[in-house]
Amino acid sequence: MSETPEVLYRERQQRILDAVALRKPDRVPIVSPFQLFPYTYAGVPFREAMYDYARAREACHKFAGDFQPDADFGPVLAYPGKPLETLGLKWFRWAGHGLPGHAVYQFVEGEYMTADEYDEFLYDPSHFLASKWLPRSFGALAAFSDFPAMRRMMWFGWTGLFASLARPEMRQALAAALQAGEELSEWFASLARYAAEIKAKGFPQAYAGFSWTPFDLVGDTLRGTRGIMGDVIRRPEKLLAAVEKATPIAIEYGLAAAGADLPLCWIWPHKGSAGFLSDRQYARFYWPFLREVIEALVARGVIPVIYFEGDETPRLKHLAEVPPGKVWFHFATMDMARAKEVLGGIACISGNLPSHLLLTGTPEDVRRCCRSLIDTCGRDGGYIMDTSVMVDEARPENVRAMFDFTREYGVY
Amino acid sequence: MKDLLVQAITSMQEEEAVALAAHMLGAGAQAQTILEACREAMCIVGDRYERREYFLPELVVSGEALKRVAALIRPEARQAATGEPLARIVIGTVAGDIHDIGKEIVAFMLTANEFEVRDLGVDVSAGRFVHEVGEARPDILALSGFLTLAYDSMKQTVAALGAAGLRDRVKVMIGGAPMDDGVRDYVGADAYGPDAMAAVRIARRWSEGG
Repeated sequence: MSETPEVLYRERQQRILDAVALRKPDRVPIVSPFQLFPYTYAGVPFREAMYDYARAREACHKFAGDFQPDADFGPVLAYPGKPLETLGLKWFRWAGHGLPGHAVYQFVEGEYMTADEYDEFLYDPSHFLASKWLPRSFGALAAFSDFPAMRRMMWFGWTGLFASLARPEMRQALAAALQAGEELSEWFASLARYAAEIKAKGFPQAYAGFSWTPFDLVGDTLRGTRGIMGDVIRRPEKLLAAVEKATPIAIEYGLAAAGADLPLCWIWPHKGSAGFLSDRQYARFYWPFLREVIEALVARGVIPVIYFEGDETPRLKHLAEVPPGKVWFHFATMDMARAKEVLGGIACISGNLPSHLLLTGTPEDVRRCCRSLIDTCGRDGGYIMDTSVMVDEARPENVRAMFDFTREYGVY
Repeated sequence: MKDLLVQAITSMQEEEAVALAAHMLGAGAQAQTILEACREAMCIVGDRYERREYFLPELVVSGEALKRVAALIRPEARQAATGEPLARIVIGTVAGDIHDIGKEIVAFMLTANEFEVRDLGVDVSAGRFVHEVGEARPDILALSGFLTLAYDSMKQTVAALGAAGLRDRVKVMIGGAPMDDGVRDYVGADAYGPDAMAAVRIARRWSEGG
């Protein structure tokens, strides 16, 4: 390859922008958020990747160099272990903290907001998060349960704030927060450094922002799956009010992507897939708010990447309501021919290459599957090659087959 | 009265169901009657879930209503009223994986279909599964996993059953988002089910000697 990194960078960027805009790129782009694989591939145990940022960067450089994705994630998916430890995060277990050293972090289900706290959340979400959610989420911030409400700082209200900050247990919590802040700054600096290095090699960054669906913002770390599913029946009005409240917050998260070279905002929906909610429940509690987020992001030039990890077949008719040529839907379980039929001319689609095939199959299996995906949904653009769900374990020769074959066979 | 109780549970009238069951017991109803109503309600809910009329919200609310109603009955009465199950099943999420929602749906559906289910929870080691199979002698072992790391944990669990000489005594089924028949081959299980209804069908087939 004689092209300069600058040229490669623009080509890759254009390839993805074309696919999303439903124009025909030079070939099918490959963008895949491999989660653990880059580290195991480079011989770095995941625990080490979460603690040693330099080693995490090295592993990601090796992955990008060897496989040449069209956009690169870098070490952002290896969350930093030190601040999690300093803060005592309770809703995660991670390598060395309740899980073996090679395992990916996992979420601990719980009710971090109880059913009777909806009104408190609705009245002042910020204070609810500071005084209830933070102490429940982080062991080191238990003292924040006495954190004074910022809404009461007016007139001489501020005196109470400063008095409470001086209490010994609050000082300790603040010291932990400060330390975690320093550790997080170190991690963010590492991500920025990596982004600059990888750009110099000709790779655009695959993410410019992250957000959540409003229903999941309430369901994931506040009410928990059991909690929110029960609320759909027990207190639908309160739940709707909370999801509504979370909507502009989700938009705010996503707007961080505005203005980037590749303004991709990744959203991983969790609780709206087939089997979770009926279509009526989905149409009432889930989709209108996700659509509002998508439309608001699109209006500001952001490309929402909606990374579905379940079966979205029954939701296709809703997904077809998004503004054409502006949105990218990733599917795990899906009849891709049907998806192409419903969403062709409306949205770019990606995914569906069975992730387990990269571990349990042969390179020939992988090539066969990639060929069928490109034939089925790659015609005339609008498809991006990706696995069904994020890849942790895989055989390198299978990953190579996925990338090489797509580059070769996916040419338009 | 019994029909009203079934009706209350299956139509998500949780408080009414608990109050009604308490009233029935107070008026001298047999524990057996209440438990039969629970069983009937569970079948109806399971059936509606299978027909895609009910979803997670209904499973959660009726599941909690059932638990609260059953809690009104003394444990020894509960024990005496339990009939012979179709088969005994041990279920758990494999080592390194702490996901439990899918596994709980499967356990609910199996219980609703007259299987006796012992749930070992999440992050269950191969050794613990082997121990349970050796002690409890279930007919079926159901392994759940949500992550790709579960492939190897499942493979190790099946291998450990073999090493303990227990592999022939128990049928093994696997399930969870990233699983399929390719994974079943890889881990050496007997069957894979894409959802809770499939788990019930497989368990039925096995309990009928198929």
